[in-house]
This record gives sequence, structure tokens and C-alpha cells, in this order.
Amino acid sequence: MSHDENCRRLLDSLSGYVDGELSDELCVEIDRHLSTCENCCIVVDTLKKTIYLYHVTSASPEIPSEVRERLYQCLDLKNFMSKQQKT
Amino acid sequence: MSSAKDIEAFSLDALRAGDRAEFSRLVEATSAKTYRLAVKMLNDPQDAEDVLQETYLKAYRHLKDFDGRSSLSTWLYRIATNEALMQLRKRRPDIISIDEPVETTEGEKEPVQIIDWCCLPEDVLLSGETRARLDGAISHLPHNLRIVFLLRDIEDLSTHETAEVLNISEVAVKTRLSRARLRLREELSGYYSERLGGKIYESR
Repeated sequence: MSHDENCRRLLDSLSGYVDGELSDELCVEIDRHLSTCENCCIVVDTLKKTIYLYHVTSASPEIPSEVRERLYQCLDLKNFMSKQQKT
Repeated sequence: MSSAKDIEAFSLDALRAGDRAEFSRLVEATSAKTYRLAVKMLNDPQDAEDVLQETYLKAYRHLKDFDGRSSLSTWLYRIATNEALMQLRKRRPDIISIDEPVETTEGEKEPVQIIDWCCLPEDVLLSGETRARLDGAISHLPHNLRIVFLLRDIEDLSTHETAEVLNISEVAVKTRLSRARLRLREELSGYYSERLGGKIYESR
């Protein structure tokens, strides 16, 4: 198998690899490949960074106050709304 | 939905009995996440708001039938996900279904850009413009990959929980997540390579 084919073959395992959920055997194989393949190292690093960026930017979900207000109105929960905002 | 553990502290008996105060606490604890999921899934604030309202209207109506086999947060995510997918189908009736397999892509060759943009400073990686690109990249994913990515990597659900919400196998969740992440990496690579001054080291 050519080097490029090997990269391609491992590509689909990289997501599981960065999540640490692969078998020991496959993990060792990928580690071995990465030690000699700079391109795949870059793919792994940028894949990890991609996941990290999405994590960081989705840390605290927010709901605009007018959306929240209309939600409470449509659920007929307006009585409970002011009470909860204070807490 | 807040942390999965917090939400299970709600009194199911009160919720099933239609207790308004308990229900409003549930709404308060979970609605920001539900709204975020809808916004990112639909990429449209008005449609997302419709999904948000419909999710809790349905939840309130059906809480009495909630059997507790899945967790309350999984159950809510399932309602929200179904509403979002329904909204998408309304918009484009020809979209592929969530059940349609995406696993049969042996030999499919997606592009792989080799650009090391990890070295870019955080303020570039996380600028306002970049955040918009991150959301844009999500919206370019096919629906069945997008929902898996959102549940796993944005909402932080486990593979098992995501499989439960979508009623697909855990293997399918992993495959779709992998594909979604690789596509997002690809799109971000294109974007950040511009930030690097178009310096592309190598491509294959």
C-alpha cells in the first residue's frame, strides 16, 4: 500500500483517535504512522483544533430576552418569569 | 440539557402531573440550549424560535406519557431534533432523511488540505468574523451530519445519548461525527489558510 493510500485509510479513524476510543491495536498503528508522516500530524492537529474551537465558542448558550419572553408567553408561563429572573 | 445530571433532579411526578412551576423551571434550565441547537441546525432565528416554542408545547403536552426509559434531557433533545428536522423538510421537501445511510462511501475521496493553521494566535482563531465562519461551516453540512455534530460536539452528548436521540446505531453516530468533523476541518483549513496569507505548504 502506498503512503498516500495508507493516509487515506487512516483518515476515517482519526475522529475516534482524537476521542481516544479506538482499540489499542489501531491506536498503535496510527501512532506509528504519525511518527513518520508530517501531513497526517497536521491533519490530526487541525482536527483537534477544529473540535476545540467549536467547544470554546459554544461554552455558554444564550437566549435573547425577547425570544425568552415570547416563549414564556406562548407557554402561558408569564407568571413564573419575573420570579425566575431574580434568581 | 443543562448538565445532564442537573436536569434529572426535576420531579418527574410534578412534571407528569402538569405542575406549571416545575415545568417553568425545566424551561428555564433547558431553553437556552434548545434554542442554540435550533439556531445552529436551521441557521435562521425565526425558524429556530418556532422550533423552540413547538418543542416545549409538545413537551408539556406529552410529559404525562414520558416513561423515563431515556433521560429527560435525551427526551427533550429528541423532541427538539424532530421539530428542527421537520422545519427543514418544510423548507426543502427533497432533503435526505436522517435515516438515510451515509456510511456507504467506500472509496469516496474527500479533499484533504494540509495546512498547519494551529499556530495562528487565539484572537485570530476566535475573532468575531471567525465565529461567523464556524457557524457558516456547520450550516454547509448535510442535515444528517449536522445534527450529529451539534449533539456530540456542541451539546456534549455522549455517543450513546446521541444514538438514542436520533434512533440510529452508535456506529452510525461515530461515522457521521467523523465525516462532519473532517468536513469542518476542511472548511476551516480553507478559511485559515487565507488568514495565513494564503501560504499553503502542500496539498495532495
